[in-house]
Amino acid sequence: MRPFTYARAATEDEAVAACTDGAAYLGGGTNLVDLMRLGVAEPARLVDVAHLGHDRIERRADGGLRIGAAVTNGDLAADRTVRAEFPLLAQAVLAGASGQIRNLATVGGNLLQRTRCAYFQDVTKPCNKREPGSGCPAREGEHRNLAILGHSAGCVATHPSDMAVALAALDAEVRVRGREGTRTIPFGDLHRLPGTAPERDTCLEPGDLITAVEVPPLRMPSRFRKARERASFAFALVSIAAALRTDVPGGTVTDVRIALGGVAHRPWRARRAEERLRGARASGEAFLRAAEAELEAAEPLRDNGYKVPLARNLIVRTLSGLVAP
Amino acid sequence: MTDRLEGWEKVTGAARYAYEYPLENVAYLAAVQATVARGEILAVDAEAALGMPGVLAVLSGGNAPRLAPVDDGELAVLQSRRVAYRGQFVAAVIAETPETAAEAARHVRVEYAPEAADVLLRADHEGLYAPEKVNGGFPADTESGDPDAAFAASAVRVDATYTTPAEHNNPMEPHTTVALWEDDGTLVLYDSNQGPSAVQSTLAEVFGLEPAQVRVISEHVGGGFGSKGTPRPNVVLAAMAARVTGRPVKFAVPRRQMWATTGYRTPTIQRVRLGAGLDGRLDAVIHEVVAQTSAVREFAEQAAVPARMMYRAANRRTRHRIVRLDVPSPSWMRAPGETPGMFALESAMDELAVLTGVDPVELRVRNDAPEDPESGLPFSSRNLVACLREGAARFGWDARDPRPGVRREGRTLLGTGVAAATYPASTRPGEAVARAEPDGTFTVRVAAADIGTGARTALAVIAADALKTDLGKVRMEIGDSRLPRAVVAGGSAGTSSWGTAVVRACEALLVRLNGEIPPEGVEARASTADEVRSRQKYARHAFGAHFAEVAVDLDTGEVRVPRMLGVFAAGRIINPKAARSQFVGGMTMGIGMALLEESIMDEAFGDHVNRDLAQYHVPTCADIRKIDAVWVPEADPHLNPMGAKGIGEIGIVGAAAAIANAVHHATGARFRDLPITPARVLAEL
Amino acid sequence: MPRIRVEVDGSSYEDDVEPRLLLVHYLRDRLGKVGTPVGCDTTNCGACTVLMDGLSVKSCSVLAVQADGREVTTVEGLRAGHPMQRAFHEEHALQCGYCTPGMIMASIDLLRENADPSEDEIRDGLEGNLCRCTGYQNIVRAVRRAATEMRRPASEEVTS
Repeated sequence: MRPFTYARAATEDEAVAACTDGAAYLGGGTNLVDLMRLGVAEPARLVDVAHLGHDRIERRADGGLRIGAAVTNGDLAADRTVRAEFPLLAQAVLAGASGQIRNLATVGGNLLQRTRCAYFQDVTKPCNKREPGSGCPAREGEHRNLAILGHSAGCVATHPSDMAVALAALDAEVRVRGREGTRTIPFGDLHRLPGTAPERDTCLEPGDLITAVEVPPLRMPSRFRKARERASFAFALVSIAAALRTDVPGGTVTDVRIALGGVAHRPWRARRAEERLRGARASGEAFLRAAEAELEAAEPLRDNGYKVPLARNLIVRTLSGLVAP
Repeated sequence: MTDRLEGWEKVTGAARYAYEYPLENVAYLAAVQATVARGEILAVDAEAALGMPGVLAVLSGGNAPRLAPVDDGELAVLQSRRVAYRGQFVAAVIAETPETAAEAARHVRVEYAPEAADVLLRADHEGLYAPEKVNGGFPADTESGDPDAAFAASAVRVDATYTTPAEHNNPMEPHTTVALWEDDGTLVLYDSNQGPSAVQSTLAEVFGLEPAQVRVISEHVGGGFGSKGTPRPNVVLAAMAARVTGRPVKFAVPRRQMWATTGYRTPTIQRVRLGAGLDGRLDAVIHEVVAQTSAVREFAEQAAVPARMMYRAANRRTRHRIVRLDVPSPSWMRAPGETPGMFALESAMDELAVLTGVDPVELRVRNDAPEDPESGLPFSSRNLVACLREGAARFGWDARDPRPGVRREGRTLLGTGVAAATYPASTRPGEAVARAEPDGTFTVRVAAADIGTGARTALAVIAADALKTDLGKVRMEIGDSRLPRAVVAGGSAGTSSWGTAVVRACEALLVRLNGEIPPEGVEARASTADEVRSRQKYARHAFGAHFAEVAVDLDTGEVRVPRMLGVFAAGRIINPKAARSQFVGGMTMGIGMALLEESIMDEAFGDHVNRDLAQYHVPTCADIRKIDAVWVPEADPHLNPMGAKGIGEIGIVGAAAAIANAVHHATGARFRDLPITPARVLAEL
Repeated sequence: MPRIRVEVDGSSYEDDVEPRLLLVHYLRDRLGKVGTPVGCDTTNCGACTVLMDGLSVKSCSVLAVQADGREVTTVEGLRAGHPMQRAFHEEHALQCGYCTPGMIMASIDLLRENADPSEDEIRDGLEGNLCRCTGYQNIVRAVRRAATEMRRPASEEVTS
């Protein structure tokens, strides 16, 4: 690991001031420290932001939640309100990591995890995300667990977070403190598609600090599910966070949210499928047609075509489960 | 039911593994790996690394001590400009702290003249050749009768090709060495290995020393599964570094570096042809295996060897071909040969059962061999049928509907499968010393290694039996090359080999004891070389049967194993508590092999891409549900004084086939390529 | 070099550390607490699990500076004959023993969240700890046994 300096910030102001060029924020460090050991991340300074008082989950006036960026994944998954009213979020966090990681990993850090693409993690090989312009060996190489949607010639990585998939379905917003002040970013705008700048995972600017995630109330049945090779402790092949409301049981869909993980460079909100379903009768066939409409845009690579039927089946299965639990 | 002797040390963190010996003035090593798969090293620029405070030395081909050549080319560390595979050690940094060493290693610049590399195993590779011998000393090819004609004339024929991927042993403790040179020129190694005697003799050869000048201490070893059966480059590198710096040097191979440098199971491509009558009786067995080895070491996985003795058939051919690729050297991994070979053979037997309509248990019973089919030797004991019958009864096999793809619960398909297991029961020569102490206790010494098998405890039980004393009165000393010479913990031959020597030493001691024990004690030494060599000729093998139930998710292709049973015939079981765990552990690795484990070769770069435990999936606790292992009583007088067969490996043999066969029963789709991942399953559903 | 104050296994330590020093190396190389092993270097295997302020963490991916002001418990700091250690020993929940310290510490944390876990809850809850030897059966049994023992009132424990 390259030597670096360490500063523990006591306030937001201090944190942002300390995060000069070449510095990085440290939440729990569960991903960043690994990347530093691999030589993938080489910050000159770490600004520890785990002690800024961002460690609370607060109820909003509208019944939603404001989740501090330093709330640990463990506290988030254990929170009674989250479990009762946002089960998909609790399920996603529990599916996302082992207990040890949840105890340390923060909400803010979870959103800023880097891809687990094997080439990104191996500094002896090219990777446009790590070293812009060096190439993307994954496109022709090992990509079984990489993107089928929204990838570019330069990058086929997937975003690894399960929690982010749930937050995408929840229409959350991200509060950011930057060098120019605070702002709020719709969750769907936080993570980018790779395009020609795969080195940028998000729209955040240098020095930007995530301070909280705002979650509006959900008030409909929801579920997170993740397909993976082994029964636990694995990144998603495909994951889904979904919520669905009908006017009467088995009736017409009045509201629906579908987000997929493991398929793209960002949590993939399935807007086309949602559009198809809104106002439609909730049936297995409607779910299937909606899933297929969404996945028409899929461009699977040589070895990850299985993700298309997998995503389709998960959409149908999960939505079916939400209408007939 | 004996508690593990060192169990308490292990649960309290007091057990010392190689890295943890407290030494003064220690330096730390970090290795630099080749970034090309084939080529020549043109230059090593260590300037930046040497300029870092705390860096003591940078070793590379240019300045490394010269070593004596040995058979295993992997041990010629930093002796050549040639790069034989990506990830080969090409330089090393020794520094005051592990952090400095690791960081400096990143700054050693190596310049290569890369050459086109050939890293992909293919069944039609032009470089395939027949090795002189395959692993275990067996001939590469055997043939009896006229297998081609018999196969062509058979009423029922299976002709299928099976593949298994590269798999990595991944013991939890990385390969670790702490090396130091004493003033008198003795090399001391605290080392994580499966046999201190073997490391001692090999390292003595490499460094041009007398064996007595090398001492290897391996008191506790955190798993090996074959990968620590022979010394690896890390041992040589640490010893070199200690010599150059004059300091004790610690080197634990980082997990990611283990993929290239500490061995793995070769991928295999296996064509199996079975010719049988309508009643399922085999007339022809043809098993042909293609596997890989490296440019620096020949290792020939003996995957077709079990087909030589498993079933009766008048006509038989087995064949091994290997090719030297620009890849890391494959080596032993739990039941080398039998594990991939029995996946293919036992899958093919299931295909034959489906084709003939004969129940898969009954099919194996029908083809049971009364004597070793190739040598004609009698089996010292063969209780395959008993294992199959006992397992069928316990598992509820008789109620099984043989039709595939008809059991469905919600969105899950269920199925059950069976496969047989076998592994040779070997005993090798060795020595042991037994000593009576004046206080009425005994000390028994043998340079065995307990890599987690429970060897220390089993040997103490064996000694106590032989000495007709309480277990509490026996002190076992193992894990040190200064103790009487012993074979490696490998080939399921450890306990039988060490145990034989221990029994003979104890017997010799009892003969010497009469009355009071003098203050200096009484000692007896035994060597079993003559005894082992003059044994009567028998085919000695353990047998077993696996029964597995699988649940296949129709939507996701996820395969889980809710229930699995292994029944084994392995002679006398010395310590049931440890034995059950060994069997279940082997079966668990078999579940990993069936569903999860695969090191993926990157054709463009020539290394395995998934080099950590996040990307290479070994089974987690949640993958292993209701799983049990039992054994049938077996008294075999032709083995060793204990009547025991080894149990470290048979648990994995056949396990993957049982699961694959169950997946066929569940889905109707036959999976001939491992692992059976959701991607593969979804393509068939 | 930052100075950290850490309480480890009941003793206080104050040390100057490089920011890049990992907690596990601080414990092993600086404090001699070698009972906590390193298995994978990359936050996967769980062998290095310790408790930080009572919560399990993988000490190979925690910087020592992150532990400043905190209380760390390693397997060596458990009170003599902790029920989890006894259960692991008596149920033979180990073979090579390398994963054992981490498995024990993770199991203790599991019982903090759920004092009476079912077998399946244990299987899911121990996902962050890999064992390559045992097939986990005895580990699950040991955690159940320890849970039963640890739920017993203290007075009963003394008399039993």
